[in-house]
Amino acid sequence: MGSSSSRLSNVPNSQELMQETGFSAAHLLRLYERFQFLDKDNKGHLRSEDFEAVRELSKNPIGDRIVEAFFLPGQETVDFPSFVRVLAHFRPKEKNRSREGAQQEPEPANSRNQKLKFAFRLYDRDGDGKISRVELLQVLREMLGMQVTEEQLESIAERAIQEADLDKDDAISFDEFRKSLEKVNIDHKMSIRFLK
Amino acid sequence: MDWFMSPADELLSKYLGLSINVWLTLVFGFLIVPAVLGVSFGIHKYYMRTLLCIFEWATLQMKLKAKEKNHQLYRHYTSGIVSKMPDSTLRQEIQDLRRTADCLSLEPRFDLADVFFFCRKGLESILDDDVTKCFSAQELESWNLLTRSNLNFRYTSLKLLALWVLGVVIRYCVLLPFRVTVAVTGIFLFIVLSTVVGFLPSTKLRRYLSDTVHLMGYRLCVRSLSGVITYHNRENKPKNDGICVANHTTPIDGIILANDRCYSLVGQLHGGLLGMIQRAMVKSSPHIWFERAEVKDRHLVAKRLRDHVADENKHPVLIFPEGTCVNNTSVMMFKKGSFEIGCTIYPAAIKYDSRFGDAFWNSSQSGLVGYLLRLMSSWAIVCSVWYLPPMNRKGCRTETIQSERRF
Repeated sequence: MGSSSSRLSNVPNSQELMQETGFSAAHLLRLYERFQFLDKDNKGHLRSEDFEAVRELSKNPIGDRIVEAFFLPGQETVDFPSFVRVLAHFRPKEKNRSREGAQQEPEPANSRNQKLKFAFRLYDRDGDGKISRVELLQVLREMLGMQVTEEQLESIAERAIQEADLDKDDAISFDEFRKSLEKVNIDHKMSIRFLK
Repeated sequence: MDWFMSPADELLSKYLGLSINVWLTLVFGFLIVPAVLGVSFGIHKYYMRTLLCIFEWATLQMKLKAKEKNHQLYRHYTSGIVSKMPDSTLRQEIQDLRRTADCLSLEPRFDLADVFFFCRKGLESILDDDVTKCFSAQELESWNLLTRSNLNFRYTSLKLLALWVLGVVIRYCVLLPFRVTVAVTGIFLFIVLSTVVGFLPSTKLRRYLSDTVHLMGYRLCVRSLSGVITYHNRENKPKNDGICVANHTTPIDGIILANDRCYSLVGQLHGGLLGMIQRAMVKSSPHIWFERAEVKDRHLVAKRLRDHVADENKHPVLIFPEGTCVNNTSVMMFKKGSFEIGCTIYPAAIKYDSRFGDAFWNSSQSGLVGYLLRLMSSWAIVCSVWYLPPMNRKGCRTETIQSERRF
């Protein structure tokens, strides 16, 4: 358990990761330590059991969806770069970043769009680009629990789809999702404050 | 050449005979008799004080050296990565969400944006949660000359190295064989005496004798580990009509609690040495051992427990709601069962002091034998037991509240 000396040179691909995700060296090091801690058998990658060992996560209604979001489709393990890339979505946006054109540089991981895409993936489990009525019902059931009746769940889902679905195809696409959340301060809700 | 060999032979045999005599007298006089009578010489206090002085000296040396070389002595593991926003806890938010769903008069509220909160909380707990800190073995502030507890041990000075080598020699060549002998003697005596007591007719005398035999067995086991146990709040000690529940850190939790009074243990019948011990125990005192087939039958378990608890002459049942290390099939059964029986529950809390030896068993890293060897080659096992006030079913306490009522 634990590496003998935690220095940035031990972290694989540290420079590229820092460029890509925008994490500072200190943060990356901390994340690497945490990754190693979660990886209890020192395998070098994480499996879903390692995530499930975090007790607070099992109390979270959408805990298993969050865990799924770390795994690329078809993969059963998460290596450190993938781990960091997912967490990069939650870095708060820097305030003094000048707005540049979308073509000039690749979109940073923690932009509003990327955060929305991440949240969309939590709803759209089968990854077909649309939140169907069935998928919405599933999430509602997880979050609202057994205290709500089926009819109430269905009426909530119905209302949510009616409000968001603009092209009336009985599903919410990513654009419709984004539009319905126009007024919400995504950056505040989907950011984790990393300690210096 | 014969005349040359025989005096040496004689001398050797005389010497061996003498040392065995001394050994047996020591073991008998200092361990077995006090264990039977329940008295203690207080040698352990001096032992621990001496050890503590040595550890402090060792830590001072390390700190001085570390300062010289400008190294960081300990990696501070427990510093957090994220600052958790104090707006509301997960539980409050779930309750809020569900409460609005409950109100029949208003339409239940739900927003597509509600998922953000849970998402963020989930990721925060992946990065930094209080619970997993409890599952990692602690890193000590002062070093206790056991490399297994100091992950950052580096060669810092010759003096420390010599001290450490001396420590290893003492622990493995003096303490370990001594403790193993005591343990073997203890278990052997226990099996024999327990079977003998089992032949007596069922009277008060037999109960008294079996209690003494059991206590002697447990005390010998504890002394074989050099265990020093402090009991607090003895007025809350469990009585004969209930169930005792305790937290479970190590396989030896049962022995530590049973050092003070006799309990009835619950578990699955094993084969081999452990099975032999179990069968010997049940001959003189009623324990609840299950055959493999019975283990799955939850009603049978509950019935046996209820019958046992109703009999005033029988000892309180000892249950670990988290599940035993030895028998994993018990976990599911007792989670509901033990608190549905409806009798008095006596909670107990066991806390280990890891300065002298870490009793935590990481079952993925070592097996039971390796674990016991590690225990026996530590300096001592020091722990405290708190007896908490007993609780009755009347309070309508559910199982979750019980388990949250922690120290």
